[in-house]
Amino acid sequence: MNHPRLYGLMAEFDHPGDVLAAARNAHAAGYRKMDAYTPMPVHGLAEALGFGPTRLPWVVLAGGVFGCVGGFSLLYWIAVVAYPLNIGGKPFNSWPAFIPITFETTVLCAALAAVLGMLALNGLPMPYHPVFSAPRFRLATRNRFFLCIEARDPKFDPNRTREFLEAQHARGIEEVET
Amino acid sequence: MDDPSKSQVVDAADDPIIGPGHSYATVTDQISAIVLTRRTGRGWLLGFGIGFMLVMALLYSLANLVVRGVGIWGVTAPVGWGFDIINFVWWIGIGHAGTLISAILLLLRQDWRTSINRFAEAMTLFAVSCALIYPLFHTGRPWLAYWMLPYPNTMGVWPQPRSPLLWDVFAVSTYATVSALFWFVGLIPDLATLRDRARTRFAQIVFGMLAMGWRGSAAHWQRYETAYLLLAGLATPLVISVHTVVSLDFAVGIIPGWHATIFPPYFVAGAIFAGFAMVLTLAIPLRAFYGLEDFITARHLDNMAKVLLATGLIVAYGYMMETFMAWYGGNEYEKYMILNRMKGPYRNHYWALIACNVLAPQTFWFGRVRRSLPALFVVSLIVSVGMWLERFIIVVTSLHRDYLPSSWGMYDPTIFDWSTFLGTIGLFIALIFLFIRFMPVISIFEMRTLVQAEKGPKHE
Repeated sequence: MNHPRLYGLMAEFDHPGDVLAAARNAHAAGYRKMDAYTPMPVHGLAEALGFGPTRLPWVVLAGGVFGCVGGFSLLYWIAVVAYPLNIGGKPFNSWPAFIPITFETTVLCAALAAVLGMLALNGLPMPYHPVFSAPRFRLATRNRFFLCIEARDPKFDPNRTREFLEAQHARGIEEVET
Repeated sequence: MDDPSKSQVVDAADDPIIGPGHSYATVTDQISAIVLTRRTGRGWLLGFGIGFMLVMALLYSLANLVVRGVGIWGVTAPVGWGFDIINFVWWIGIGHAGTLISAILLLLRQDWRTSINRFAEAMTLFAVSCALIYPLFHTGRPWLAYWMLPYPNTMGVWPQPRSPLLWDVFAVSTYATVSALFWFVGLIPDLATLRDRARTRFAQIVFGMLAMGWRGSAAHWQRYETAYLLLAGLATPLVISVHTVVSLDFAVGIIPGWHATIFPPYFVAGAIFAGFAMVLTLAIPLRAFYGLEDFITARHLDNMAKVLLATGLIVAYGYMMETFMAWYGGNEYEKYMILNRMKGPYRNHYWALIACNVLAPQTFWFGRVRRSLPALFVVSLIVSVGMWLERFIIVVTSLHRDYLPSSWGMYDPTIFDWSTFLGTIGLFIALIFLFIRFMPVISIFEMRTLVQAEKGPKHE
């Protein structure tokens, strides 16, 4: 068997429950290099495929802390160092008045971190990916659920993996080329 | 009809949030067809045309303002804040319902929000765009607007971080940015759907670029959902902070009628009130013209009417407390201010405001009104007018009677005040029509989740 250009085998399912069960079985059978493609989030699918929890919350926290510290520092620097103004004898570092802007910069940086972090961790934008070459894959954004076991998985064997996927009641199986 | 529970008037809470018989494929096809396959209707052209003409009026008014200065507006002593701040607050308030629907109702797991959140978020974005025109152009020199931001400059001056006006700069710009992010993140999976279903090469390329290669991977969905939930958690306090800061623009001032501690909650409730009214105004024709009754059901309209009633009561409480505190506070200027509102030269505006915002929504106590499309539409328009009058009353009546009778005056909006205001309405209409035509107006992937939830037990 010589498949130098084979990216993986992709099984197509009708229902989220089917792809979830297939993902669990594939993980139990020892497959690791695989991914599922679904038209909407399917809960438990990432865990079934063996993906760990995402680091995204830490990225967002870092963004929020940066925005909070950075925002307050900016205001402190303006009001105390760069342009001190005596307003009714109040202290230059009148920190309660700095809270609204500090809050806004916190939210702004955390939100930017959430979106840019999500895109970066997902590797987006990515204009091309091998799965797009599968003719039926365009249904992954409509009503079909796909499980793709990749050829780089050490357990991958074109015949045995196909048999395994057929046993998962897949509606159809396609070869995906790189 | 022998079952007594069925023979009663149907309770709206029993209505489904999605019509019967829908599958993943049908929701996808029906919503994406509005963008991809349906022809551009005459009604769309008419609506967009009206909006576009008003945009021309806006451009003419703003060009005039830039050439001739802010003197073309009616603002002068003693009423130095006129339509610019009234319309700014009105538009920002309208925007708030979008964030409320998309963020707060998401956190509260109100899944009926799903079919209205996309266009409510778009409404937020467009309302904020309209609002931002006013602070930008009321300076008279919009090309120097960056002076409002803190940056090292050769003048050696910095903005004043103790002033609510600077808080406003940060609050509104953050709100605009986060609303745009939230909207775009929500759109990514649907843009991928449009990319995969588009028939023309041009649409495939445009939607393909916008979707950024989204392929619905399980790992991506996991991070996507985390990001979406965290954004909702961030947007929730943000939306409350924005109108709080807007209200502090007034409340930190010492003008009678502005200097009140009730302003922040009263403004936030008013914003939600105005915003839900606008969502209803948009949703009712939208579902009729595009046949979306299966997705925006009677249940949605009923729920929105209830939100309008609840926030309307909070707003009514705000008016009541303003009046009560004017009496109870014992400050003669405060007392004069409230009596002047009720009996002075702007009394018609004041009582119209009470009729629009306090009396009109009371009809929503009746289920029959909440389920009648014409009634909902008319009341939602009345509320929009009422909320505009509220801001007019707050701004103008508080300013037009200064402490000295020699500095009393009246506020006369000029033709340019009106044309700018109508122009922003036109901009809003034009943007909404463009959005309906070129973007999925209902979140397709979230509707699939609803289909799954409705079907769930059958597949087990």
